[in-house]
Amino acid sequence: MIVELGHFALVLALAVALIQSVVPLIGAQRRWGTWMSVAEPAATTQVLLIGFSFAALTYAFVTSDFSLRLVVQNSHTLKPLIYKISGVWGNHEGSLLLWVLILALYGACVAWFGGNLPPSLRARVLAVQGMIGVAFLAFLLFTSNPFLRLAIPPMNGRDLNPLLQDPGLAFHPPFLYLGYVGLSMAFSFAVAALIEGRVDAAWGRWVRPWTLVAWVFLTIGIALGSWWAYYELGWGGFWFWDPVENASFMPWLFAAALLHSAIVVEKREALKSWTILLAILAFGFSLIGTFIVRSGVITSVHAFANDPERGVFILLILGLFMGGALMLYAARAAAMEASGVFAPVSRESALVANNLLLAVSAFVVFVGTVWPLVAELVFARKLSVGPPFFNMAFTPFVVALAVLLPVGSVLPWKRGDLTRAAQPLAGVLVLSMALGALAWTVQTQRSILGPVGLVLAAWVVLGALADLWQRAGRGPLALRPARLTRLPRSDWGKAAAHIGFGVTVFAVAAVTAWKTEDIRVVRIGETYPLGPYVVQLRDVRDVPGPNYMATQAELVLQRDGQEIAILRPEKRMYPVARMPTTEAGIDHSLLRDIYLVIGDEQAAGGWAVRSYIEPFVNFIWIGCFLMALGGGLSLSDRRFRVAAGARRKAPGAVAAE
Amino acid sequence: MIRAGLLALVLLAAVPAGAVQPDEVLADPALEARARALSQGLRCPVCRNESIDESHADVARDLRLVLRERLVAGDSDEEVIDFIVARYGEYVLLNPTARGSNLLLWLAGPAMLGAGGLIAALYLRRRSSAGDPAAETLSETDARRLAELLKQ
Repeated sequence: MIVELGHFALVLALAVALIQSVVPLIGAQRRWGTWMSVAEPAATTQVLLIGFSFAALTYAFVTSDFSLRLVVQNSHTLKPLIYKISGVWGNHEGSLLLWVLILALYGACVAWFGGNLPPSLRARVLAVQGMIGVAFLAFLLFTSNPFLRLAIPPMNGRDLNPLLQDPGLAFHPPFLYLGYVGLSMAFSFAVAALIEGRVDAAWGRWVRPWTLVAWVFLTIGIALGSWWAYYELGWGGFWFWDPVENASFMPWLFAAALLHSAIVVEKREALKSWTILLAILAFGFSLIGTFIVRSGVITSVHAFANDPERGVFILLILGLFMGGALMLYAARAAAMEASGVFAPVSRESALVANNLLLAVSAFVVFVGTVWPLVAELVFARKLSVGPPFFNMAFTPFVVALAVLLPVGSVLPWKRGDLTRAAQPLAGVLVLSMALGALAWTVQTQRSILGPVGLVLAAWVVLGALADLWQRAGRGPLALRPARLTRLPRSDWGKAAAHIGFGVTVFAVAAVTAWKTEDIRVVRIGETYPLGPYVVQLRDVRDVPGPNYMATQAELVLQRDGQEIAILRPEKRMYPVARMPTTEAGIDHSLLRDIYLVIGDEQAAGGWAVRSYIEPFVNFIWIGCFLMALGGGLSLSDRRFRVAAGARRKAPGAVAAE
Repeated sequence: MIRAGLLALVLLAAVPAGAVQPDEVLADPALEARARALSQGLRCPVCRNESIDESHADVARDLRLVLRERLVAGDSDEEVIDFIVARYGEYVLLNPTARGSNLLLWLAGPAMLGAGGLIAALYLRRRSSAGDPAAETLSETDARRLAELLKQ
């Protein structure tokens, strides 16, 4: 019964979304206040209905209601409770339900906290948000209904994909969706502004917090996914340039560009039409991401929902929204030219360079991702585009961004002087170079990558610190720390996010350049050297898990005769899903991870063991965390609390980490 | 992300062998290093977006062995790649060649950067000349320097 009610609530939500997308729009056009005011209750009703529907599906999963097809396909009575819950979104239908729930939640946030928006803008934003809701609710109900019953329920389910039964991955999709869908807010604001025909500083101030929220969640979501890949897939990699990873990375790049260009709109009333275009493109790439993941057109390791019919539907949604928005843009963009004037050497120009690099790098990722498809359809060539291409094509953009960032962030608005602005950075440059030279002499490899990564990272991190110090004013040294604490939160956010970027750049370069690997056969009781450590395989035994069987090795890690850690890597076999997984044994520390994986028992006796020393690898995620933290700090800045009503989002964004 | 999962669909519940096996490793470390570098650029034909270096599939193991055989026989890196591409097609190349229509792929980024940079430069010029004329004359050299920075 609860399931049917959930289904019914979803149908009602579609009806409400239809009303929400039509009535307020007409109201705003005709200046009818009562019609406009339909938007807020509609948005609230929609989130309640979809929330109920989601709760009904969760209930079905938790109680293992095997009369529901989706539960049969993705659950099992023996599965731990947390994975029964995460199983709700561990499949196509359920994840789409989560998608529309988050969409409705964002819409409702505009209704609840958007009291200071002009009524017509609020009505139009909510109407556009309603239209996206209509499209996705229809998609959900007509092609991917999660509430389908089975005539003859089986005794038990087929279990969730074992790879998804992991704490890191359980929460990866919700964060990613909060990011993807959050960009719909930027889109709705952009389209509403195009209909209104007006973009001003206030608009920039309203759009920025929503983009920040989306970007923060995307950052966390991508970091969680990459962290999961690192510890779960069993060879210590963290990023594979897989189509689905790229699908989340492109919106992230666009969102990052949008964050920066919205600052120019807010502070200097320039770059307006470009910002609108970016907002449209950012959400467009979220939809493309959804399309890539859900259709499986592009061969990907992720595509567990290969279904052409659904792909066509999403493509239709994509075409409709992008086509409509871009046509509107073509018709109206000319009307919103900027009023701000600035010289070629200024903060504005630096932000233009930032946008150019971020947007083009996202474009490069996009071309690389779809190229196999294009080559096959147009040129009849079956080919692959893999990590070597992306590393080569993408890295120059990261390098250019890192080189420009510290200079750009100290330049003043309107008109700057490069030599004067660069003065405080001279010391930073020298120090970074010295650090790079040090790394060059200390490292045992002859790779240029590690030292260069360190120079860039130090340049960015120290540059951000120098910028912060500079902002504390020119007064006596003793007064500066006090002034630092009084700086606006957005200054701290900027510094934290930029430092995070630098840290991640360093960690990626370091782990790529300085990783060591060892593959060998080890008999029980034997020891082998691993860098400065000694590893002993003490035992291998079978251990039963709640819904799997594990072969667990016990390896002792020693250094200078001292026992440092006992690691227990596992190979697991999930009998219901008939699928094996690996669990690496990892000794985490700040400067390096020791990463051990147990392989097969060898015919001649002994076990295959692979071992990695991953230097600085945790800094990849520490950097991501700092970026997200920076976004959260910016979000809590006073001017947004006053202006945009994003108050409730800010603590959530920080606490969620 | 679901690499191992899809693989399991292919191999149906085979226990993961785990990429490069100890018995495959060549005695000569220099040769082994070349083998690893090469195999990281070759795609496992039955997997989804995995190189033969990281794949658990049988065919990936076969390819790793073939590759090492060729290296031991004295082939150059190019000869080994050509040998494998001749049998499996350019589909196995994770790093697409810069030949024929693939030039579009390789040039798309630089072309976009050039076009974008040009538009940005024109925009910056318009923005700066929209105000007082002094700003424009002041910044001629700086404009050139910025254009260079943008092209990096």
